[in-house]
Amino acid sequence: MDDLLQEFIAETRETLEALSGEIVAWEAHPEDRARLDAIFRFVHTVKGSCGFLDLPRLARLSHAAEDVLANVRAGERVPDRAFVNAVLAVVDRIGEIVEAIDAGEALDDSGEDLLIAALEEGSEEIVLSQSTGPTRGASRSVRLNVDLLDRMMSGMSDMVLARNELSRRLRQGDLDPMIEAALERLSGTVAEMRDTVTRTRMQKIDQLFSPLPRMVRDTATGLGKSVQLHVEGSDVELDREMIEVMRDPLVHIIRNAIDHGIEAPDDRRKLGKREAGRLAVSARQSGNQIIIEIADDGRGIDTERLIKKLVANGKRREEELRALSERAKLALVFEPGLSSKDEVSEVSGRGVGMDVVRSSIEAIGGRVELDSVPGKGLRLAIHVPLTLSIISTIVVGIGEQRFAIPRQAIEEIVTERSQAIRIDSIGGTPVATVRERRLPLVDLAGLLGLERPETGAQMLAIVNIGEGSYALAVDTVLDNEELVIKPAAPVVMSTGLYAGQTLPDSGYPMLLLDCAGLATAARLNFHRDAALEDEEEAVAAEAEGMPALLFSDLDGVRRAVPLGIVDRVEQVDADTVRFAAGRLRLSIEGRILPLAAFGGIEGRKRLNVLRLEDGASEVAYAIDEALDIVRLPDEIVPSCEAGPVAGVVLLNGEQVELLDAHWVFAEHADPERKEAAPLCLLTGDDDGWMRTFVRPLLESTGYRVAFHLPEGETPAVVLASEGQVPVPSPAPVVQLRRDRARPGANDDSVYRYDRAGLLSALQRRIAGGQG
Amino acid sequence: MSHLYLIAHVAGRSVAIDSNQVESVVDIGEVTAVPRAAGHIRGLAALRSRVVTVVDTQAALGLEGGAPAKRAVITHVDGHHYALLVDALEDVAPFDLLPLASGVALDNGWRDVGRGVVERHGEPILAIDLAALIPGYASTTEQ
Repeated sequence: MDDLLQEFIAETRETLEALSGEIVAWEAHPEDRARLDAIFRFVHTVKGSCGFLDLPRLARLSHAAEDVLANVRAGERVPDRAFVNAVLAVVDRIGEIVEAIDAGEALDDSGEDLLIAALEEGSEEIVLSQSTGPTRGASRSVRLNVDLLDRMMSGMSDMVLARNELSRRLRQGDLDPMIEAALERLSGTVAEMRDTVTRTRMQKIDQLFSPLPRMVRDTATGLGKSVQLHVEGSDVELDREMIEVMRDPLVHIIRNAIDHGIEAPDDRRKLGKREAGRLAVSARQSGNQIIIEIADDGRGIDTERLIKKLVANGKRREEELRALSERAKLALVFEPGLSSKDEVSEVSGRGVGMDVVRSSIEAIGGRVELDSVPGKGLRLAIHVPLTLSIISTIVVGIGEQRFAIPRQAIEEIVTERSQAIRIDSIGGTPVATVRERRLPLVDLAGLLGLERPETGAQMLAIVNIGEGSYALAVDTVLDNEELVIKPAAPVVMSTGLYAGQTLPDSGYPMLLLDCAGLATAARLNFHRDAALEDEEEAVAAEAEGMPALLFSDLDGVRRAVPLGIVDRVEQVDADTVRFAAGRLRLSIEGRILPLAAFGGIEGRKRLNVLRLEDGASEVAYAIDEALDIVRLPDEIVPSCEAGPVAGVVLLNGEQVELLDAHWVFAEHADPERKEAAPLCLLTGDDDGWMRTFVRPLLESTGYRVAFHLPEGETPAVVLASEGQVPVPSPAPVVQLRRDRARPGANDDSVYRYDRAGLLSALQRRIAGGQG
Repeated sequence: MSHLYLIAHVAGRSVAIDSNQVESVVDIGEVTAVPRAAGHIRGLAALRSRVVTVVDTQAALGLEGGAPAKRAVITHVDGHHYALLVDALEDVAPFDLLPLASGVALDNGWRDVGRGVVERHGEPILAIDLAALIPGYASTTEQ
């Protein structure tokens, strides 16, 4: 908002300066139409901005002036001296208020009613105060032409190159230490300067995000839907050019999400979702990438429909599409000429498909990732490099020649000699197997028609180009270099193999390889490759555990909480949290929720809270920020004692504490709300399996769960793992078994993954009897 | 109307190049090859802190490539710098551009680049358009 206000002040100031001449001319010739129009436009613009920025005084003044000027334009009123004076007084006043806003000073509003009254026909002429020029705060910003910035940037790159050349030439001979020191200083200054200049190109991504609330509202209203937008990370900075390129794709993706993803309110109610769809747009920096994520809680991508559509279009064969892996099927939304909705709607059916979205993002070196859960929603992550002009590269060599490969495209580099690598030929096509992963192998020297010395082992760069990965064989991997990349001549680009040219410190020009272009030239077919990966994916899917939300807690520790119980993540004002009636409570949406916190909340203006729901009651849990959605591994090391932490899991090699949602509810939930639910006692949960798997299931189906019998309570039923039946049992027992097969005819245990069987067994036991 | 022309030797013949098209005349050092590019692209060379695309003029004219020339004329077309290799440079002088005599048919390669003649001491010299030698650009300028 501050940015917008600054923009408004700068713009108004600029227009006022330009207008001052017009005003004088208008005073001399009040009937001059062009001048009148210019002044009208000015007050009109001010009025528009004021409404948006919530500046009521300016809005009132400009609105009044606009009205009377409109009358004059319509010929309903003849401008006389009194009228001109009154309008000028208003324009002056607008200038004064704007300056006062900029300087952060208060300005007395006493005269404004008079000014507005003076605009009325037949009112007394007002005396223009001798304008001494409003007191103007020293300007802290300059508005610059974008061309100038571009020229500065390209001049900067040239300067870097010139420095490189100078240093190379100097180092060729014996270098005087004095000169060397001067050169070092020059280098340092140039590097610093480059950073600064690069930063002038950076803009807050807010530029992209600020129009979204309005757009989402309008789009949703147009479709008779209701959507809640949650925007995060507006202060992440991105290359200005990149922001321009991202604008249309982002709008398109969001429209798509509202139109195709989020269901109509009636459907949502039937599905047990909240009527208002949720749309979360966030940006964050990760290394030298910016990740923009758009997540909705709609129906997700219907791959079945995609396939039918593509087959109906006659573009692809059905068997071929069915054979694809889930991931490859999702990626079909990027196929050209596809509208995933049966009817082209007014909103997203604008002839722009997701194929265009992807290609424009790939054109700036970015990629799009999809994560769709049917019925639950779609998460779309756009990864783009921080800046366009300087990129981090890996330099590889073929014989004597050097090429650069964008660092971002490379997954890893391995040597052919490594144990983990096999190179085979399948039907004459070379294939590299890297740690159980089969990849097409592209020999760069062969592809480029270069001769290479037979020097044995090559290096393999595993390159990812979005739709798949391949191994690129090169002779040597030389260096890691930050390079200023410029487009090469059309005749070079037209080979389709290069993404640009650069002049590295060596002084010899070097080409930047276009990894996707190389794949095309080598005729790699990634649809088949994706099918090959199927097996691997299936194994991975089996290993995947329960989804959980990873967050950083108030005390700075990273913790995870099962996603099933997180209703949503919300940002609240710290003011809404009070220590009242013996505990922290959060007032939200006209209700009071108990708030659990694992650390102090003092000193925070805003708080992120997880809203946890167990089906019967709701608890808010204050966190620092939500980080990611992760899959919990099977192995959960239970905590030594009961408390807010259920246990520890290993995520990406890092120990992460798993929040004990049960404890949170037991400790914090308002007790009267949960009395009604039958209590299920879980016993024999040595490995934490019940805690992670069974408890969410039971809680979501309306049981209360306990691992130790709370005092004074009787469980309605006991759920025991294999061989762990408590004796004597306080209640009827349901026993779980690990094997799918029933060990004997009389055995009434339930296979532990038989969800329906388990629930019905529990119900039967509670209803009475052992049958 | 007289205009400055640069007289150069290409493929054993004299040609006149409009000085407006010439940014500088340089000796080209080491050239980095551009694999899989069109045959008359020698490669890339560094010229001060700029990268230029080196064009084998003789090959661009559709003639057999001659001895590797070192000297080049730098021209700027559509935001990119090109170095066109020439055998030798003779002269810079003002000339009047005259139309080709009617009925004169040039050899295939020369036909696309010829723009007229200039007369030096009575000897007609073909005036060529450098931009027409730039691959990928020639096709767009021809009508």
